[in-house]
Amino acid sequence: MTDYRGQHPAWCPGCGNYSILKAFKDAMIRLNMEPHQLVIVSGIGQAGKFPHYVRCNTFNGLHGRTLPVATGIRLANHEMPVMAFAGDGDCYGEGGNHLIHAIRRNINVKLFVHDNQIYGLTKGQASPTSMEGIKTKNQPFGVFSEQLNPMALAVALDCSFVARGFAGETEHLTWLIEEAVKHKGFSLLDILQPCVTFNKVNTYEWYKQRVYHIELEYNPEDRTSAFNKALEWGERIPVGIIYQNHRMILEERIPIIRKAPLVRQSVDLLKLEDTLREFI
Amino acid sequence: MDYSIKIGGEAGQGIQTIGDTLAKVFARSGYHVFTHQDYESRIRGGHNFYQIRLSENHITASKERIDIIVALDRESIVQHEKELTERGLIIYDSSVLRQNYREPHFMEVPFENIAVKSGGKIMANIVAVGAVLGMLGIDLTILHEIIKDAFNKKGEEVVMGNINASKAGHDYALTNCQRCSFSARNVHKTPLLPLMLISGNEALGLGAISAGLKFYSAYPMTPSTGIMNYIADKEAEYGIIVEQAEDEIAAINMALGASFAGVRAMTGTSGGGFALMVEGLSLAGMTETPVVIALAQRPGPATGFPTRTEQADLQFALYTAHGEFPRIVFAPGTPEQAFFLANKAFDLAEKYQIPVIIMTDQYLADSQWTLERIDLNSIRYTDYRLRGEGFKNLAAYKRHAFTQSGVTPLGIPGDAKHLVVTDSDEHNEEGHIVEDAATRINMLDKRLFKKLPLIKQEIDPPVLYGNNNPEIVLVGWGSTYGVLKEVVDMFPAKRAAMLHFSEICPFPTTDKFDYIKMLDNASLAVCIENNATGQLARLIRAETGFEFKHKINKFDGRPFMVSNLLGDLTACIDRL
Repeated sequence: MTDYRGQHPAWCPGCGNYSILKAFKDAMIRLNMEPHQLVIVSGIGQAGKFPHYVRCNTFNGLHGRTLPVATGIRLANHEMPVMAFAGDGDCYGEGGNHLIHAIRRNINVKLFVHDNQIYGLTKGQASPTSMEGIKTKNQPFGVFSEQLNPMALAVALDCSFVARGFAGETEHLTWLIEEAVKHKGFSLLDILQPCVTFNKVNTYEWYKQRVYHIELEYNPEDRTSAFNKALEWGERIPVGIIYQNHRMILEERIPIIRKAPLVRQSVDLLKLEDTLREFI
Repeated sequence: MDYSIKIGGEAGQGIQTIGDTLAKVFARSGYHVFTHQDYESRIRGGHNFYQIRLSENHITASKERIDIIVALDRESIVQHEKELTERGLIIYDSSVLRQNYREPHFMEVPFENIAVKSGGKIMANIVAVGAVLGMLGIDLTILHEIIKDAFNKKGEEVVMGNINASKAGHDYALTNCQRCSFSARNVHKTPLLPLMLISGNEALGLGAISAGLKFYSAYPMTPSTGIMNYIADKEAEYGIIVEQAEDEIAAINMALGASFAGVRAMTGTSGGGFALMVEGLSLAGMTETPVVIALAQRPGPATGFPTRTEQADLQFALYTAHGEFPRIVFAPGTPEQAFFLANKAFDLAEKYQIPVIIMTDQYLADSQWTLERIDLNSIRYTDYRLRGEGFKNLAAYKRHAFTQSGVTPLGIPGDAKHLVVTDSDEHNEEGHIVEDAATRINMLDKRLFKKLPLIKQEIDPPVLYGNNNPEIVLVGWGSTYGVLKEVVDMFPAKRAAMLHFSEICPFPTTDKFDYIKMLDNASLAVCIENNATGQLARLIRAETGFEFKHKINKFDGRPFMVSNLLGDLTACIDRL
């Protein structure tokens, strides 16, 4: 555990992010992964600070752009586990287009979304997952737009692994993180995470009353029932693995990296003479 | 011998096939060739043309006057008839154009009819190629080699059909071209040696490959797409991943991710896409991640003229992106420069861990030049990364540690137990977020002030061509190289010279070559640019204090042509 001890977090006391941090470290230890063996890519927002508190290889990039950076890293070195940490604003707002295309590519990146249904770092504006009608400083008449449902979006796109966790249930969340990492394929784990400072509606209490564990007999490989499960929101909110499939990952489709990762391949400039002759 | 040929027609009629085939025959025959293309932003229809110039001497630009026009549509005649030289001829197929032209400078060649007799209508274009070669008196041996190379996979029948079609076109021209006074037959005793024929986009792509490129991510955008096409064609052979990104923001961020993971990475786009990449450019600056960006310009603002040419993004490339960090901007003027500057761009990007922008434009991207050779002994390849055992054996590692030169060795994440941490936030030596003023100052000192003088030393001065002590100096950058060079040669008594900037940022010092003194001493110094406001002229004034009294600017989306530019210059001289 001390191997994973990073900088002292700059999160508010009581923030849901602390349990995500603990669950992540526990999962890494259970998976026997050492910090130098993985890369975490993050963006901007409170979730963006995550890798600094973990002590691992880190690329803390721009707001919304975690997935393109993570994709580039994986394509250059597909032997390295690559994880992306983003908030709901980062991943579902600013970087929504990248989410769609990362799911389509099925790059073997693990995406963990700290979903608190509000903008924390910019101090309390609506996020794509804020519920319709919620009033904020910038939405004084309440949010007009329909709440984004990341689970339904992901199932609709045939995302390889779709799950939801809750920061109030660390043990369950640890298990979900482990499953997401073990799964081969693009994994989206949306983590409900109360913002104790700016979200006065979706509190620990609010989630605790609604969250339930997906039934043991549920089959996450059936896409149609997964879509129904993904649509559940309101009085009851399912947490667990909503959907998974075993599509081929992008890295396996690229013939160039079948034998070795790109970063381990030597540069061969001897062929250049032959290439020049092609212009005659 | 110096002939120009223009093939005009609608998009989809095969202008490119005729043009490329002729250009290849000429280059392989040992003639110097220059081609350029003018096309509209559409897949079918409209009017497009492909222009080829061939000569026994070095040529570097297109001419206005045309000797042979291959008219595949009526518009070719409407627009280009006036460009014909006195000996010039227009060949056309009346069954396609549905019109007959009786004047002596027209020659009917029934392309389709001849093709049908040789094996199929589809071969009409090869009939046209054969006819042009017949008019020029060039035999078909080399064309037949090219046909075999291109169609061998399709079987003997296709090869023979095309050979017969070309012969029929050739014979038709020999028999019917009463006015043909062209002769491209080799009058030299020694045979001419075959030359390479390469476009700006291909040369840039190959230059990147020569630098060990491993990852190219881009969103297609004219006129940069040719770079991606060329590199994708070489993907398997050189072990390169080409990823088509969902947008230009993703393209540059993917390239940065790949570079962080340890491979040489590049992206390419045009102005609009580059605008989207700007935040990523700043990210490269902050995280000290090497990346090369090809910026193939086209006329703006906004969508502008999507398929045409302009040099209006210089100031944009120099100053865009928030914050202060070093960058390099190159602007090659020829395919050879594109090759070597792409090679140098990767070397410097990795050596100093900075973004390097290579600027071209549609004119250079799509035009083809002949070259005797590219000297591979002059390419650079040094791996500056900290990898494998070398990284493992280090006692400690900090990604952004302060050093004498400002450059911290770039470790490959995962190669050692040492962590590689970087951040778009201001960070400490380890790469973690900080807020304190002292670290901020030290980091700017490292990233900017320490590296900049070293980078400046890597920049070569502008190229001087012509008189060493010129009365008249033509100043330009990027794709105007070829036309300026030819105009210099046309000035009587060798009074003129060209000063061409291809390494623009950091701006070249006068230490190695005092070009400002040369400009001061000249009786006429003219800055010639394919833009409206004279962006290089403004830059030279800002950097050196030299102010141009004369500028020639062209911003109609078309490239400069030799005699028009000479005319503008003569008018300039007359006003002195």
